[in-house]
Amino acid sequence: MSRLLPLFGFLGLVALFAFGIWWNTQHDQNAIPTPLLNKPAPAFDLPQLYEPTAKVSKADLLGKPYLLNVFASWCIECGLEHPVLEAEGPTLGVELVGYNYKDAPADAKRWLAEHGNPYKVLLADESGQTAINFGVYGAPESFLIDAQGVIRYKHIGPLTPDVVANELKPAIASMLKEAR
Amino acid sequence: MMRLLPRFVLLAMLALAGVAHAQAIEPMPFANHAQELRFQHLTAQLRCPMCQNETLADSNAPIAHDLRGVVFKLMQQGKSDEQIKQYLVARYSDYVLYDPPLQPDTWLLWFGPLLILLGGAVVVVVTIRKRHRSGSVTIEAPTGNGDDW
Repeated sequence: MSRLLPLFGFLGLVALFAFGIWWNTQHDQNAIPTPLLNKPAPAFDLPQLYEPTAKVSKADLLGKPYLLNVFASWCIECGLEHPVLEAEGPTLGVELVGYNYKDAPADAKRWLAEHGNPYKVLLADESGQTAINFGVYGAPESFLIDAQGVIRYKHIGPLTPDVVANELKPAIASMLKEAR
Repeated sequence: MMRLLPRFVLLAMLALAGVAHAQAIEPMPFANHAQELRFQHLTAQLRCPMCQNETLADSNAPIAHDLRGVVFKLMQQGKSDEQIKQYLVARYSDYVLYDPPLQPDTWLLWFGPLLILLGGAVVVVVTIRKRHRSGSVTIEAPTGNGDDW
């Protein structure tokens, strides 16, 4: 029995190693947890991309749930995500609010002209200072915000059809069910 | 001359290394040297959320640049190091701290190594007692026919 002990020890290490590999395939290594989940979204007052003089604040968007989608023309993964937003956006049951992050307005407009504009409201945060209050550290990121202005779900990285079906839509369903 | 060449190369490399490091840290209008040192000390304890193996002080990521600006701004407002850390933790979670706080969900991280050490000590004690009880503490010579391994 004690002769087999080293073998069992080795098998234990193999199991630990395999678990580590499996775990890393299931989790985004760059995603960090947000402390803002189920807390009121931070206040903001940002110019709109196409109407810089008409600012939109958090209070203006209260009353209806929305998906705040952080994107930028310099962000490669946003280009991958955009067709998903275009296709799935109308089926979500919540409005899409675009959050143009650290982008030159001219670049953002050119990018939207090329890829399409699925957003009902388009906010522009050229300096990225407001985004810090949301804990944004890159693009794309998406926040599901309910009618009371509370963050109900956050996704870091591109929304894929898989994420939309398995995470976003269930989160929206449970939010709408609660509101009813 | 040929013997000097490696030294020149080394000097050039050292000079370039200095440049590469300085690039990440853009000049900021510090009031005095003490404030600058405090800023460097603080940003070296904070992790860049984008490139997670770099400190805020070292990182070239856009978000690290912005967060250095936030740290600087909060310092100008007279916030303490602890208040500045709390400000960032409230937005980016404990992830931004290189030194994880001692709290229930980090107990395993802090005390895990101690548990493993204690486990090892238990194994050693049990083994010694067993050998002691069997009346011999010397290691027995292998008596098998050589097929053991």
